Amino acid sequence: MLDATEWGIVALSLKVGGVAMAVTLPIAFALAWLLARVRFPGKVVVDAAIHLPLVVPPVVTGWLLLLAFGPNGPIGAWLQEWFGVTVLFRWTGAAIAAGVMALPLMVRAMRISIEAVDRRLENAARTLGAGPWRVFWTLTLPLSIPGVLAGAVLGFARSIGEFGATITFVSNVPGETQTLPLAIYSALQQPGADALVWRLSCVSVGLSLIALIASELLTRRAGRGLHVL
Amino acid sequence: MSFEIDIEKRLGDTQVSLTLEAGEGATVLFGPSGAGKSSVLNMVAGLLRPDRGRIVVDGETLFGDGLDVPPERRRAGYVFQEARLFPHKRVRANLLYGVRSEAERFEDIIGFLGIDHLLDRWPRTLSGGEAQRVAIGRALLSQPRFLLLDEPLSSLDRARREEIMLAIEHIRDVLKLPILMVTHDPEEAERIGNRVVRM
Repeated sequence: MLDATEWGIVALSLKVGGVAMAVTLPIAFALAWLLARVRFPGKVVVDAAIHLPLVVPPVVTGWLLLLAFGPNGPIGAWLQEWFGVTVLFRWTGAAIAAGVMALPLMVRAMRISIEAVDRRLENAARTLGAGPWRVFWTLTLPLSIPGVLAGAVLGFARSIGEFGATITFVSNVPGETQTLPLAIYSALQQPGADALVWRLSCVSVGLSLIALIASELLTRRAGRGLHVL
Repeated sequence: MSFEIDIEKRLGDTQVSLTLEAGEGATVLFGPSGAGKSSVLNMVAGLLRPDRGRIVVDGETLFGDGLDVPPERRRAGYVFQEARLFPHKRVRANLLYGVRSEAERFEDIIGFLGIDHLLDRWPRTLSGGEAQRVAIGRALLSQPRFLLLDEPLSSLDRARREEIMLAIEHIRDVLKLPILMVTHDPEEAERIGNRVVRM
């Protein structure tokens, strides 16, 4: 079994993944809704930009985050000046990296589920006196929620596995930014730590498997037109 | 006049145009599929925007003269070809979705439609006729000023048709709501319509 330090690594990974998912969820949903429902000029470009982290080498994403959130970066300078905080070498930075990397996966899953909502039902609701907001809260959101949750779980799993962007952006600080994959990487550099690599890898595979199964079950539920609410 | 409609709309290769002035009772738009009859209902409901023209119902302009009232403020009771019940809400919640104020008419309406025993069911468990009666009830409970019926009988077998037909006649003769109905069935057109407009 795991010792206290190793549990600490798992806990940190869950914290980073959880926060990354929670913060990314509304952003991903808004983007998914925009892509599914609104026609606007430059949509192709926005769509491509959202999907960039999926194809760009993670080290590049990490480096771009470093430029943006570094002390001289536009966001980093602003955070420092207004709040006196930095995300460099902090778990918050790891969560940002994980969130950015998970975003395209989440947007994809959510977009599909929003597109699957029958617009004819929404039209029926309009004729019954519901304005656009009521239609959104009473139909679009509840009908797409299984897919939204599936996307969130997928994003969570992706966040826990994030490596390249994280190590580039916030480095590999034990207890602060050293999540499961980073800890496994460190253990691999260390002679005689095979057992540790095994244990952490098993946890990693186990968590991913649970998340994927959960996501798949939710997706099927969405496909059947059933509802979790 | 119940309905004063003078609209044009280009949809792909089809030009839909209709001029119509209709008094009380039921007006039936009759004609083959693809003539744009459903599009006319969508334009009256505010779900589709005409390229030009005017739509006036009971003296109130819904479209034209620089006006385009959004669908939720038109108070159209729209019954679609497919019932379009909300799948994640039980029958009762579907019926109550459009209720504007305290509905003392609730009992009356579910009574004459014969759907009081369905209230706790999920839409997916209803037969076609049951679903269509719930859809009619839902439209009536939103206190519409007029009713739009888009081939409400087409997905039903003979026996079920008769039930819905009686309900529509009740709405026309007892509730006295102006009705604009689309059909391609001459028998239906004859029976429901106080006047039939060919499209």
